[in-house]
Amino acid sequence: MRVHDLTIDGVAVSAPEGTTVLDAARKKGIYIPHLCDRPDLKPVGVCRMCTVEVEGKGLVISCKTPVRDGMVVRTESEGVSKVRQVALELLIADHDSDCLTCAKDTNCSLQRVARHVGVDSPRLARIRRERDRRPLDTSNPFFDFDPNRCILCGICVRTCDELQNINAIDYTFRGTKTLIAGFGNRPRIETNCESCGECVVRCPVGALVPKDSRQPSKLVRTICSFCGCGCGMLLGVRDGEIVSAAGDFKNPASRGRLCVKGRYGYRYVNSPERLTTPLVKRDGEFIPVGWDEALDLVAEKFSESMGDSFATIASAKCTNEENYVVQKFTRVVMGTNNIDHCARL
Amino acid sequence: MKKDTRSLLVCQGSMCISGKSRAIQEALEKKVAGTQMDGDVEVKLIGCHGFCQQGPLVIVEPEATCYTGVTVEDVDDIVQSDLRDGQVVERLLFHDPETGSPIASYHDIPFYGAQTKLLLRHCGLINPEDIDDYLGVGGYEALGSVLERPDGREVLAELKASQLRGRGGGGFPAWRKWEACLDADGDEKFVVCNADEGDPGAFMDRSILEGDPHAVLEGMSIAGFTVGARKGYIYVRAEYPLAVERLRVAIDQARRRGYLGSDILGSGFSFDVEVFLGAGAFVCGESTALTLSIEGKRGLPKAAPRPRTTEVGLFDKPTLLNNVKTFAFVPLILAQGGEWFARIGTEGSKGTATFALSGHVVNCGLIEVPMGITLRKIIYEIGGGVPEGKAFKAVQTGGPSGGCLPESFLDTPVDYDSLLQAGSMMGSGGMVVMNEDTCMVDVARYFLQFTERESCGQCVHCRLGTKQMLTILEEITRGEGKPGDVEFLVQIGEAVNAGSLCGLGQSAANPVLTTIRYFLDEYEAHIVEGRCPARSCKALISFQILPDKCIGCMLCAKACPVDAIAGERKSVHVIDQGKCIRCGMCEEACPSRYSAVERTSGSLAEGGEEA
Repeated sequence: MRVHDLTIDGVAVSAPEGTTVLDAARKKGIYIPHLCDRPDLKPVGVCRMCTVEVEGKGLVISCKTPVRDGMVVRTESEGVSKVRQVALELLIADHDSDCLTCAKDTNCSLQRVARHVGVDSPRLARIRRERDRRPLDTSNPFFDFDPNRCILCGICVRTCDELQNINAIDYTFRGTKTLIAGFGNRPRIETNCESCGECVVRCPVGALVPKDSRQPSKLVRTICSFCGCGCGMLLGVRDGEIVSAAGDFKNPASRGRLCVKGRYGYRYVNSPERLTTPLVKRDGEFIPVGWDEALDLVAEKFSESMGDSFATIASAKCTNEENYVVQKFTRVVMGTNNIDHCARL
Repeated sequence: MKKDTRSLLVCQGSMCISGKSRAIQEALEKKVAGTQMDGDVEVKLIGCHGFCQQGPLVIVEPEATCYTGVTVEDVDDIVQSDLRDGQVVERLLFHDPETGSPIASYHDIPFYGAQTKLLLRHCGLINPEDIDDYLGVGGYEALGSVLERPDGREVLAELKASQLRGRGGGGFPAWRKWEACLDADGDEKFVVCNADEGDPGAFMDRSILEGDPHAVLEGMSIAGFTVGARKGYIYVRAEYPLAVERLRVAIDQARRRGYLGSDILGSGFSFDVEVFLGAGAFVCGESTALTLSIEGKRGLPKAAPRPRTTEVGLFDKPTLLNNVKTFAFVPLILAQGGEWFARIGTEGSKGTATFALSGHVVNCGLIEVPMGITLRKIIYEIGGGVPEGKAFKAVQTGGPSGGCLPESFLDTPVDYDSLLQAGSMMGSGGMVVMNEDTCMVDVARYFLQFTERESCGQCVHCRLGTKQMLTILEEITRGEGKPGDVEFLVQIGEAVNAGSLCGLGQSAANPVLTTIRYFLDEYEAHIVEGRCPARSCKALISFQILPDKCIGCMLCAKACPVDAIAGERKSVHVIDQGKCIRCGMCEEACPSRYSAVERTSGSLAEGGEEA
């Protein structure tokens, strides 16, 4: 593939054909402020924050401009700063100012951009005024949407469309009334949203936040136990309890993605209703017993039903390997082909 | 038109229709029918004749007699006096405002005199609902001769020679777009006509669709042949029901006569046109938003850099997208030759420009002028100047994307480059004249209100920048402006223009920036002195009763809704400035022979300064 040589702020950068200026800068460790861009989504260029100056071309948005040989890019110039700083102030003036109590505090793209770009205080003071508060969408059992913190970058919409192919949400209304919502401005619970939470993970600000606000004190890298897909996950643990789950972007199988069960279905682990020992029914009552005793009982009952009076239904929660062992056991040990799987039901 | 017959042309442009011209036509038909004249006189509808200010219009051809302000009651006179006795009905003629003498032929009326009608040559002459009328003036001959050629290269050569620039406002050379679409790879291509005319005060495209729809269809068919498309779309606003109806009639007739559909005129070339109704978003006039809208998606402009529409357009296929006027010019250019067209206009802008002239001008209407004509000539010769003896203040071109130019720019030639240089733009063709009573801050506010409402909401600058500018402008007109506001408006405005995603946002601040550039003193009067020099912004004016003029009739006191006027009968009245809500009812109530209520700029309330 053809490689282009360019300079960004005087630093020599080489990038293959088709790379955007923003990606090339990112790979080189040069920060260009941006809000609506994400490496796993197609660029749309709506936040205008990644505006840079290209010699001979003037102001362009770096998220959609491909690298070219000999290109001279400046991420700072009078023109850039004029456009970028006003955009930032416009966003801040239209955004809630209670950062300290926001779930995204210190992990917020808008904060990062603001730190990098800076604001013109008198101008911001002039345009900052009382805003009409818009109602929150708390209909989803796992996460809330706060339009008062939304910067309309569209990342949630594109995630739902490009990555999940669900298209539960989109822009509604127009101009300053623009809102991300379900079809016909319906709450999210009434849409075909599958609550995968991929949009929540990608929201660069505090507009989409999980309902469970407990913060983990450490992260444990593991594999989701819900099904055989084997998605990598980082469980957030605090005081011996799982308080969050996040997709593991380093896992080659799932590349950071999780479904609703993996992401939000962790509460069963600490549920008081969860069985922690086997139960055996005696005289009409379930009695907790040890594993040896329970397995002995199972083996005894199995041996009484060898052959076609026996059948197995395997589980989707098991891995391929486990399911293989189940069918082998059924055919070889139990001597029957009566085997099926819950995913086929 | 039959030879040796006289025609009664009844204008049925939207404006004359609102003046009941349909009933006038029916009355004329009824009156003529059953008389000896029947058969020698044809009564027919025409599209907009242009002189909307004087409508409803009835034109008698071939004499070119122009009857203005016609009502159903005038029908008897027109038929009996003019048609039967050959006596022109003088009272219905246009009267020269200076001499007061009647002018019979519209050719002699100054409004028409300074115009050059190319694009509008059929508007007001032929019946837009009858294809035979269009054929009678040479319609579809250009298409016929184009189809005899092996390909569209000759059309391109003519278009190139004509130097026609796209009439949607941007002024991109038409032939380049056509060539790019022809050269683009793809089995399937589309031709799209942008008839999503949405600028406030603009009605050029509508008038062409209503007055000469076949010219647009013919232009599109020629485009289809040239670039290799078999399907065309006309994206027209649903708010233009008459244009839609006439287009549908025209398409239907063209299909039945073999000018649209498969194997056009036996040439083997097939092309058909579909009308697509826009749902009312101004931003859908932007080419990428428009094509998305036809695809059934949300009409959002795509950010540059992106492939050109000629390469990746409608349904991701190569697409030729032009304005109504651009397509309507094509048959004429092919008939008369590109070089002929290039002889009209200026060095960089060829041909003519159509404008919807409106606002504070004596003759509002639809006009067509050669490029390079001055604003002064348009406003004073064609437009007849500013009515009621008021002074001219500004002219706005280019709709919400354009700018307001002051008197010192009246000698600016009207062409793409000169207007852009002056801080305005050609746009699609709206032209609004404003008199001395117009507050320029309020004008900026009006246009910003439009843009803010029509912003698609995608990009930060346009969505929030227009809102902020609008809010500051509203505060200034309410007398709540703060020192530094002008600088903030300029800073935000320049960022909005430089940073926005599409053409709508990139020009959204123009009305603010140009009014600040040319009428800064008005902004300062509002902010610093607390007065509106045009005496228009309610919060910054006062009413007072002039003691030497007031006769104490009590009319103003009775009209005042808040009992702010004190005074006995036959004694001078006084307005309590603290109570006054500046509604102007007293000014209206005071009989004009006294005119004792004076509107002043600034506050007369305690602590306020008199201007």
